[in-house]
Amino acid sequence: MAKKELQPSLKTSHIPAGTSWIGYNLSRMKSQRQLMWMSFPFIAFIAIFAYGPLWGWLMAFQNYRPGIGFMEQDWVGVDHFRTLFTDPTFLRVIRNTLAMSLISLFLGFVGSIGLALLLNELRMILFKRVVQTVSYLPHFLSWIIVTGIVANVLSTETGIVNVLLTKLGLIEEPINFFAEPKYFWGIVGLSSMWKEIGWGTIIYLAAMASINPSLYEAASIDGAGRFRKMFNVTLPSIKPTIIILLIINVGNVLNAGFEIQYLLGNGLVQDVSETIDIFVLKYGINLGNYSLATAAGIFKSVVSLVLIFIANGIAKSLGEERLI
Amino acid sequence: MKRFSRKRNLGDSIFSITNGIFMLLVMVVTLYPFLNTIAVSFNNGLDTIRGGIYLWPREWTLQNYVSVFQNPNLTQAAFISVARTVIGTVVQLFCTAMLAYVLSRKEYMFNKLVTTLFVMTMYFSGGLIPGYMLIKQVGLLNSFWVYIIPGLIGVFNMIVIRTYIQGLSEGLIESAKMDGAGDFRIFMRIVLPLSKPVLATVALFIAVGQWNSWFDSMLYTAGNRNLTTLQYELMKLLSSATSQGGTVNVDSYKNVTNMVTPVSIRAAITVVTAMPIVLLYPFLQKYFVTGLTIGGVKE
Repeated sequence: MAKKELQPSLKTSHIPAGTSWIGYNLSRMKSQRQLMWMSFPFIAFIAIFAYGPLWGWLMAFQNYRPGIGFMEQDWVGVDHFRTLFTDPTFLRVIRNTLAMSLISLFLGFVGSIGLALLLNELRMILFKRVVQTVSYLPHFLSWIIVTGIVANVLSTETGIVNVLLTKLGLIEEPINFFAEPKYFWGIVGLSSMWKEIGWGTIIYLAAMASINPSLYEAASIDGAGRFRKMFNVTLPSIKPTIIILLIINVGNVLNAGFEIQYLLGNGLVQDVSETIDIFVLKYGINLGNYSLATAAGIFKSVVSLVLIFIANGIAKSLGEERLI
Repeated sequence: MKRFSRKRNLGDSIFSITNGIFMLLVMVVTLYPFLNTIAVSFNNGLDTIRGGIYLWPREWTLQNYVSVFQNPNLTQAAFISVARTVIGTVVQLFCTAMLAYVLSRKEYMFNKLVTTLFVMTMYFSGGLIPGYMLIKQVGLLNSFWVYIIPGLIGVFNMIVIRTYIQGLSEGLIESAKMDGAGDFRIFMRIVLPLSKPVLATVALFIAVGQWNSWFDSMLYTAGNRNLTTLQYELMKLLSSATSQGGTVNVDSYKNVTNMVTPVSIRAAITVVTAMPIVLLYPFLQKYFVTGLTIGGVKE
């Protein structure tokens, strides 16, 4: 930090007397021209690949047909948005997205916090490491592999779940899990939990590692057992971490629904499996209705952005500055 | 410890034992599906349908793997998967690190602007359709480079590397400047070598992401069979097996005998696709965890 003082001439407030603002900035650019060359390709990159598509948002206000110049298209105003919000399919996909996001969010949070608390209580370090290593593993596998595994586990003929349920006498006939809409949200929630529960513990374990040991000692002297210490020392100490992560994730609820629903969904359960992203893919790429799909995408982007800003605002008011 | 009653110690032991059993259960639930898939992949396909394969094959065979590796489409897919992982990791890591270095320099004039431009993209995107049209317009459709270029900079990774570079000794960079070294030279000769730990972490994240991605294959390169990837081939097989919507014909794998079934082929491809990660993962775990804590907790 002290090195900052070495180059006072680079601060804008220190324009040397007798130099114009333009001349000053030009000479500044020249003095860091290598930094400029190193960054220009990436500025161009982000402008094209991240901001370029924003131009395409205009399509949502046209009846876009390929093969005609962009500006010669029929302009239809907000018709597509009106269509969307009167379309029962679209309202249903919004419901599905929110429901599955919130189920996965809840299961993921409760699961990871619970697992982290219990891992934290393990006294045998080697055993703890083994459990951690095993539980992180599914995070690194693609959803393709995970859905393949889920399909095997739940398969009607040979799946272990049906085998166990039948052997325990809980069901007479094997259940065809992927053909019944009532199971779909649960399958999605539990699969996400299976994949991410271990990975989710990392951040809580890091927070637990920084708890002051004297808190535990004090609790012991007061006669607290391990359960009490878990609930009265460990859990309150990681509360800030929990709240911040919760806020970030709530801001992302509309972004959390594509791969697993797309891979596990099928015609029999599509009423509950389709999310906003799948809707966009289906209307845009498969049916070629670019304008309607773009409108749906805009709706999602804007709502997500608003949610994220609200979430960040709350996080900031709670004293966390580093989110955005 | 002396002041605790015997009852408390007993309670403690019961808790420890229950906890230990629960952890074993967690491991079983996590590992069983893998072990089962491996067992199925080595079992005779027709025999598997009869059920009862759990952790060990009943009728050993390598037929499933032979069918997989004799399918020319799949060897090509494996080649592309490896190519995009290697090239993608090297190129993306280099670019991300270079930008991270520039943005770690406080004197860089456009620091704030460029940082904001990149960080904003973490929170919104143009959406699927406009993105698709852009890829089409710049001529990346059905090109290998669509796997590399659109993801050139990972913003989260960039922030992780930048945080690390900011922690390096500023004096080192200053004294190299005094000796007349330019920024590019400093980046290549000083910053890159010193950042090896964080670069290893980020390289792993990029590599896993490249290896696991399938959506870009489906969306952008479906028109060119030579550019298919392992994950995408597996996905097509899965959808034909689970969701009735797929169109892949398992007959293309039956070139040797009729002993393979969709289930056994799927198991074999799952094992082939997951193996690189499962085998390397225990050795790399340290780096993964470091990366998350650098980026998430300290930043």
